Amino acid sequence: MTVASITHRVDARGLSCPLPIVRTAIAIKALGSGELIEVLATDPGSTKDFTAWAKTTGHELVESSVTDGVYRFVLRRK
Amino acid sequence: MTTITRPETYLPAALMDGLDDPVPDEALERVEEGAAKTGELLIICESGDLERTWATTILASSAAASGQKVSIFFTFWGFFPLVKPGVRITGTNWMQKMLSVMNRPGIDHAKLSKLNFLGMGPWMMKKLAKQYGVAEPGELLEMAQALGVRLIPCQMSMDLMGIRREDLIDGLEEPAGAATVLQMIADGATPLFI
Repeated sequence: MTVASITHRVDARGLSCPLPIVRTAIAIKALGSGELIEVLATDPGSTKDFTAWAKTTGHELVESSVTDGVYRFVLRRK
Repeated sequence: MTTITRPETYLPAALMDGLDDPVPDEALERVEEGAAKTGELLIICESGDLERTWATTILASSAAASGQKVSIFFTFWGFFPLVKPGVRITGTNWMQKMLSVMNRPGIDHAKLSKLNFLGMGPWMMKKLAKQYGVAEPGELLEMAQALGVRLIPCQMSMDLMGIRREDLIDGLEEPAGAATVLQMIADGATPLFI
């Protein structure tokens, strides 16, 4: 994965369900197909939620990681 | 694409914060991805209780964010959250007016079904919500609207409670009744009675 190709980011740190998903859903609309968006969150439920959301919407969850309590997701718009 | 008819292009602040780029116009269109595999969700909002209003607005906004078509039918006690902020007394006769005195309308004045303690319960709950980054039902309802969720007022409840169209928030669908709800379910919408 090339970090440079991430063009958009949603900072959902400090927010709870369903805000990280809702904001990502809106932000991802600004992307062209195949472009990447990075989401930062602190909600521990977001790992499961983003996996489910990607499955429902068809966007690809490229990366899902956690560092020091901050969850990072990279999604590719379908 | 279904475009939401709203008075202005307006998104609640809770949606905008943290987004790097200005929200594109398309954000006001229903998120369509995945809509094909997930049918319509129909929430029948029958309770005006804070915790249930919360459940309704969280599920509606999440489903809409996942590309699902969502409608909420507001009826009986669940109708009061649709009353505009600032409208204190509704109804035309004394019984209807008393009803709104005893049961303060507006989504921001919803009571908890237990541990309400004359409003202390909801106050503490909202204080906690702020602390933990949880959006309030009112914000979530605005978000749901911005994401294309259809809000349908129950005509019978409007008549019974004497609530006029101008008492209600903007951007609602035409009031409808039981037959509309049943038709939506017959057409395959997943009903949730909250």
